[in-house]
Amino acid sequence: MTGSVTTPSSSPVAGPAPSGTGARRMARAGNYLALLPFHGYVGLFLILPTLIVAVGAFTTAGGSLTLDNVSSVFTSSVFVDAFVKSIQLAVITAIAGAVFGGLLAWAVARGNPNGLLRQFVIAASGVLAQFGGVMLAFAFLATFGFSGLVTVFIKNQLGVVLDMSWLYTLTGLAVVYTYFQIPLMLIVFLPSLDGMRQEWYDASASLGGGSWAFWRYVGGPILAPSFLGALLLLFTNAFSAYATAAALISQGCPIITLEIGCQMQSEIVLGQENVGKALALGMIVIVSAVMAVYALIQRRASRWAQ
Amino acid sequence: MSVASPSPAATGHGVAVVFEDMHRWYGSVHALQGLSIDIAPGELIALLGPSGCGKTTALRALGGLDEVDQGRILVGGKDMTRVPANKRNMGIVFQAYSLFPNMTARDNVGYGLRLRGVDGAKRKKKAEETLELVGLGAQASRYPHQMSGGQQQRVALARALAIEPSVLLLDEPLSALDAKVRRQLREEIRRIQIMVGITTLFVTHDQEEALAMGDRVGVMSAGRLEQIAAPAELYDRPATRFVAEFVGLTNRIPGRTDGGDVEVLGARVPLLPGATDRGAVQVLVRPENVRLAAADGGTGRVLAVSFLGSLCRAQVALPDETIVVAQMSAAESAGLYPGVTVNLSVVPAPVFAVAG
Repeated sequence: MTGSVTTPSSSPVAGPAPSGTGARRMARAGNYLALLPFHGYVGLFLILPTLIVAVGAFTTAGGSLTLDNVSSVFTSSVFVDAFVKSIQLAVITAIAGAVFGGLLAWAVARGNPNGLLRQFVIAASGVLAQFGGVMLAFAFLATFGFSGLVTVFIKNQLGVVLDMSWLYTLTGLAVVYTYFQIPLMLIVFLPSLDGMRQEWYDASASLGGGSWAFWRYVGGPILAPSFLGALLLLFTNAFSAYATAAALISQGCPIITLEIGCQMQSEIVLGQENVGKALALGMIVIVSAVMAVYALIQRRASRWAQ
Repeated sequence: MSVASPSPAATGHGVAVVFEDMHRWYGSVHALQGLSIDIAPGELIALLGPSGCGKTTALRALGGLDEVDQGRILVGGKDMTRVPANKRNMGIVFQAYSLFPNMTARDNVGYGLRLRGVDGAKRKKKAEETLELVGLGAQASRYPHQMSGGQQQRVALARALAIEPSVLLLDEPLSALDAKVRRQLREEIRRIQIMVGITTLFVTHDQEEALAMGDRVGVMSAGRLEQIAAPAELYDRPATRFVAEFVGLTNRIPGRTDGGDVEVLGARVPLLPGATDRGAVQVLVRPENVRLAAADGGTGRVLAVSFLGSLCRAQVALPDETIVVAQMSAAESAGLYPGVTVNLSVVPAPVFAVAG
């Protein structure tokens, strides 16, 4: 073969050198372009609804500015009570879910890391954590309701009539919520437990520490941010749940998400949509505050990241 | 590096440690098969062996992190076999990642002191002194993730020393570090160990580390102690075939023996005790004990020459296709290059031989 081979990159080229700044700008523009779907999603499903809620909260049905909607959130005993009950429900189910889910996660973490049981529990938790809404409410009603399978079975076989009315109250709602909070806790908390190293325990023991010392000074502080973070996640999960409560509770609107639904759908008092938006804004503020605490905790935990 | 006043353990009064016929089973695996070692006060014993040979099991048993099914562990004459780990007063440095990530270097080092009820000011002073000892006085406020692997292991060493342990246990503490840091740190650990005078058990699979650091080196295989001896003796006079082959580079050259010596590459050299001493054998000869002389019509042909700084290694093919590696100074390797024919001879140092 005849001819010559040139290597473009090595041969000197007359004229201005390619601009490094320009290339960097192009690369940056490419990065932003790749993020466009994400930004579009966030804008459409998070920012826009928040703006609609915020604007609606401060306007009347006719479109003029008002503080009445927001002030009613603080002055109406019904709304305040709904907020208080929602927070109580979220706190109770978050704590119950965190404690029982945490213990379950601990048991899973202590087991064979490649074991079938672990794989099964994780897979089942993944499904059950999402098993909320009408389906879950129906499952409980069909099992423990007034005409539920278990209730009827006990009545027929043992002659015992169980009072299952509690299932339709906040207590029942707490039990049903806990059902999906526990597996959610397992999924969220298990990676932190898996990250605990045997060497830390051994090192503590060799330095004179028993179990108590290890958990007080090492294990506890290492896990605390993850545990608290998961707890807050469970809180917001329960605080913002709607469908399960709507399917289970047919009398009144005892929690804030149901109250918002009542305001939006009320056929008795018309034009209350913007009051519902004010209530939703209140929820956004509470959830934002919780998320801010969550972010602080995560930042603290990241200081220890290996 | 500034050196702070050594810990009180630096009085040099290390304690004697005795492993007495230790056995350990994991299911059907017999991990320790009658391990017995006497460690003198202040001595550094390096346990060397391949993965799964039982060396770490032995260390963990001494530290109380694992049990023995049979046998005894005596420390300073006291039976510690059933004493829990947190009552043994032993400092352990693990392979890696054992620092508590939620604590600064100072708090890590002070952890054992805190558990002993040492008050805050004294604890801080002692922790910082010990960090000075390992050259990290200026890093006391850093968290583990803000330090390099080598620095983390120094902190781990300081943490182990701060409690003034009766015995120091080093479980492959250098294996996660890069070669240069590993070399520096091993010299530092040895210097500090000698200065503090603490009895030390050092477990490693790296023979260079074991030979460089140990007062004596114990070679383990399949739960058994094959040989324990000073590094030079272990290298020059291996007691078993496993030791001869595992420690250092070894050529396997065909030879013939009919008693106390063996004929190899035309020379007669004495056999070590335990060697096969009848008939055709494979003679285990160290590369530095093979001599090469360039000669037209020589019996060997140089295949390759590797430059190793002050040393050179040459691979030579014999007529029967046996490959022999010879090691010499760089100056002695002049004139050796691939294709050159050479005559080979063996230094008359005692050798080990196995059935051929």
